[in-house]
Amino acid sequence: MNMNRRETLKSLLLAPLGAGIASAAGCAGGGRVNWTELPREYSYGRTAAERQRDRELFAERYFSEHELITIATLCDIILPSDHPNGGALDAGLPDFVEFIVKDMDYLKTPVRDGIAWLDSHAIDAYGADFIGIEEAQRLAICDRIAWPDVADPALQAGIRFFSLMRDLTLTGYYTTAQGFRDLGYQGNVANVWDGVPAQVLARHGLAYEAEWLEKCIDQSRRDITAAWDDDMNLTS
Amino acid sequence: MSNQETYDAIVVGSGAGGGMATWRLAQAGLRVALVEAGPWYDPADDSQRTQFRHPWESPRRGASTRLRPFGDFNACIGGWELDGEPFTTAEGTDFRWWRARMLGGRTNHWGRISLRFGPLDFKRRDIDGLGDNWPIGYEDVKPYYDQVDKLIGVFGTNEGLPNDPDGFFLPPPKPRLHELYYIRGARRAGVPVYPSRLSILTKRINRERGVCVYCNQCSRACGLHADFSSSTVLVYPAVATGRVDVYTNTMVRKVDTGPDGRATGVSCIDRETRGESRLNGRSVVLAASACSSARILLNSTSAQHSSGLGNSSGHVGRYLHDSTGASRAAFLPELMDRDIYNEDGVGGMHVYTPWWLEGASLDFARGYHIEIGGGMNMPAYGFGFAANAYKRFLGERVGGYGNALRDDVRRFYGSRLGIACRGESVPQFGNYCELDPNTVDDWGVPVLRFNYRWTEQEINQARHMQDTMEELLEASGGILLGEKPGLDRQYGLARPGEIIHEVGTTRMGDDPATSVTNRFGQLHDADNVFVADAGTFVSQADKNPTWTILALSWRTSDHIIERMRQRSL
Repeated sequence: MNMNRRETLKSLLLAPLGAGIASAAGCAGGGRVNWTELPREYSYGRTAAERQRDRELFAERYFSEHELITIATLCDIILPSDHPNGGALDAGLPDFVEFIVKDMDYLKTPVRDGIAWLDSHAIDAYGADFIGIEEAQRLAICDRIAWPDVADPALQAGIRFFSLMRDLTLTGYYTTAQGFRDLGYQGNVANVWDGVPAQVLARHGLAYEAEWLEKCIDQSRRDITAAWDDDMNLTS
Repeated sequence: MSNQETYDAIVVGSGAGGGMATWRLAQAGLRVALVEAGPWYDPADDSQRTQFRHPWESPRRGASTRLRPFGDFNACIGGWELDGEPFTTAEGTDFRWWRARMLGGRTNHWGRISLRFGPLDFKRRDIDGLGDNWPIGYEDVKPYYDQVDKLIGVFGTNEGLPNDPDGFFLPPPKPRLHELYYIRGARRAGVPVYPSRLSILTKRINRERGVCVYCNQCSRACGLHADFSSSTVLVYPAVATGRVDVYTNTMVRKVDTGPDGRATGVSCIDRETRGESRLNGRSVVLAASACSSARILLNSTSAQHSSGLGNSSGHVGRYLHDSTGASRAAFLPELMDRDIYNEDGVGGMHVYTPWWLEGASLDFARGYHIEIGGGMNMPAYGFGFAANAYKRFLGERVGGYGNALRDDVRRFYGSRLGIACRGESVPQFGNYCELDPNTVDDWGVPVLRFNYRWTEQEINQARHMQDTMEELLEASGGILLGEKPGLDRQYGLARPGEIIHEVGTTRMGDDPATSVTNRFGQLHDADNVFVADAGTFVSQADKNPTWTILALSWRTSDHIIERMRQRSL
């Protein structure tokens, strides 16, 4: 799977229910919202029962097109694509959210109800649902619900929903190759650990204790077969 | 499955105890049938491999499911609930039971923490007057611990501690950055720290197995066979002798006995065909896990064993006990804005604290050890949740959206230090598992009903754990996360069974009236039936049980070999 290239795109018409022409931030053109499509086939050491469960999840369609576009629009606001390491839509977030709420079905209602809340709020404030209003109006709504310290009781449902979508967006993004690059993650490769780099120790004002270090593995001897004397001392 | 052969030994279960018995008996020339309830498993087989997978290779990015409760990439096939195989708990009591269904059992996902019991751990009654002593002592088990160290490989250091014995260790890896902060904090708090002791090969021990490549993924099972799993380290070499037949996807439901009360074989169910079959054996070694072996014994009723095989004392299932556990975490501001490098290390902590207050005056019996967690772990489902919640500790506003979130994620990456305590509970006659008369599994076999309650000893110990964790985390420069649990939550004490160190259901002893097996794991009531899992434990020290399971299984196997050579079995 390669999510660096944007050859395989999902494309949905933006604002099918809305009034004016709008464009989703960053990634829309001609009234469409586009995102990198995620694979629907996986192979990573699954049992038959697990394969069956995932087949069923992929076969189920939970969100309506309207809901999916709303998710795409919101994820794009949370982590936009105007960045060298790509954003939520490049990482296929709508597909990820669709899958994960089916997998963890306790998320189904909070996401669906959250979208409904968002649309009601947008209609009351600006006369159209969330994807049907102007971009500046969408951002104005997000400014009201993106901060959990806001005490206004009328906004609590929206704040909870936004926090959930922020969690899902970030987790869905940072578990992709783009997210690894954005974070600078260096692991998940075969290597030989030989301690914290010296410049890092210096920066933290820490040092290995000499007595401790003497006990640790000499990595130049890791491939020499272990042998001990009768007193439990390693002799190789 | 149809086999007229009479095996020298039928081993039930392929985890630490069963793998060791199979390897040792086969190596000594015996013909062995190894019966495993789950499928064949090899992490080097790409169709079963989860090691080195990136999170995006899973549609749920490594999140846990009911089928893999420890996460989508975890090696263990099994979990807290198994389809068609329920268990029950008696009203007002609590127990969680993890079962693996695969070759190698729970050794595929365990933490590789490999601690010998010390001399005091076999004689706790002598110290605190509670429970019972083991009929054997450290000196009986030491030669086997020594052999296990050399055969399987474990890193650690010889520190000359009185109750945390030295061993034949491989050298440990150097501490990670957050572990250096813990060391400094623990020194300030007057709590000792040592290199951890894990069965991971930091150095070659033979040509068959690889050496650790520091991917941090032992819980996914190692394709290089550089950590200890029963399958990769014991079962494959045993099978290579040509003297072992492995029956996978096969559930043993009872041990069959003859008119003399001795075992003649086992009755099994093929999980795929639901067909019934029988294996004949001159001896049976139960290593299905403490509770599953107890269940098989209780279900093996006959004219000679009316209350279940080995249960003339009424002690099968009794004295079930698990380790205690509690945990806490902190945010370390000094670990903000880290330089990012690969610090995966081995699949577990590089440093730990063994129990350091032996003999101190406390309001609970027995001790606990401390495990350390943290670091720049690989992102998986859950990474980025509450991404900038730590900002409140800095007086900054939490929340928001847009590219600023990227800076928050990087800023706080790897700044969390976690501590977990694992302690010794006091075994109780009143904590037990039994056959539930009202419930059977998909194969018609009565299921286990658990009766378990913590006592004041464990609850007081958990309070001490919480105080200690706060002190250590703060001394390490941490800002405590979450609320300190109080008495209403039993001070955060893990539920019984949750630490997955359940032991003691077929405890050993010299008196057949108060124990199930003798000091060799041999049933008092049937001399050709043995228990080689943690059921024989009289008390579970604050050490993880695997190394002792391995040592005792080897000891039991040697006893079987000797008795067969003498033709007295």
